[in-house]
Amino acid sequence: MNEINLIHYLTLGAIIFTIGIVGIFLNRKNLIVILMSIELLLLAVNINLVSFSIFLNDLNGQIFTLFILTVAAAEAAIGLAIIVVYYRNSGTIRVQEIDSLKG
Amino acid sequence: MIAHSLFFYFFSFIAIVSSVMVISSKNTVHSVFFLILDFISISCLFIMVGAEFLGMIMLIVYVGAVAVLFLFVVMMLNVAQQGKELFENINTYSHLPIGLIVGLIIFFELIIVVSGWKYKPELFSIDSLSLNQNITNTHSIGNVLYTDYIHLFQLSGMILLVAMIGAIVLTFKKKSGIKRQSYIEQISREKKSGVSLVEVERNVGVKIDE
Repeated sequence: MNEINLIHYLTLGAIIFTIGIVGIFLNRKNLIVILMSIELLLLAVNINLVSFSIFLNDLNGQIFTLFILTVAAAEAAIGLAIIVVYYRNSGTIRVQEIDSLKG
Repeated sequence: MIAHSLFFYFFSFIAIVSSVMVISSKNTVHSVFFLILDFISISCLFIMVGAEFLGMIMLIVYVGAVAVLFLFVVMMLNVAQQGKELFENINTYSHLPIGLIVGLIIFFELIIVVSGWKYKPELFSIDSLSLNQNITNTHSIGNVLYTDYIHLFQLSGMILLVAMIGAIVLTFKKKSGIKRQSYIEQISREKKSGVSLVEVERNVGVKIDE
């Protein structure tokens, strides 16, 4: 078993990031799962920042992670509020039925 | 160091499996639970690697606040069961190949970036985890956060305040037919609008509210 180094952590971050992206693409259920996929993406970014911060012995990465955490919390709150308002107006948050823009 | 490797593989395996389950489980409530498991295992990784403060903060913020918020919204909107009938529809599988292709391309790009990089040699040894033993992780983060980054720290507080006000304003619904107390109207009432003096004829009586 190899010694754990930076590459292991970066690979873990890459895997979780990819899972988040695939979750956004493949989602046909509802908007909440898309928001959760965005949380996964931010989590992967946090893994990268923290592992670089630890292995380079530089604290700025952890500070940046703290700010990302703040923004992620704000984003989740606002996004869920928008979803609640949309559900109230149109009665559904299924991704397939949200086609008012005819995209 | 063998324990470090074992714990790393254990927690990262749980994290990867649970994040796959987040995007693939049919019930949205289960997705939220797997998201919680994901955050817990990643925060265990953070604590293990030496960033204790961030690990604990992730537990508090994500598991304690964000995931519970997701759970509230999922249960409030009655969407937990909506996924089932959509997966039985065959047309919904048409998006699968293109999504998987794009995901694979992104994954290989990330792997190429990670493996093609030229790293400093000290990044490959666990000895580079030269933790300062005299000062804890929380203490050293505080030393940097409250001096060099004080303005950004306060700015992030403002972001949270704006997010809170925005969420309240978005979801606030004015119901009609309910009598509410309006402080502004009460305070700004004046004698002119509240009291009226009338000349009353004597020995006749008064009719109010004609």
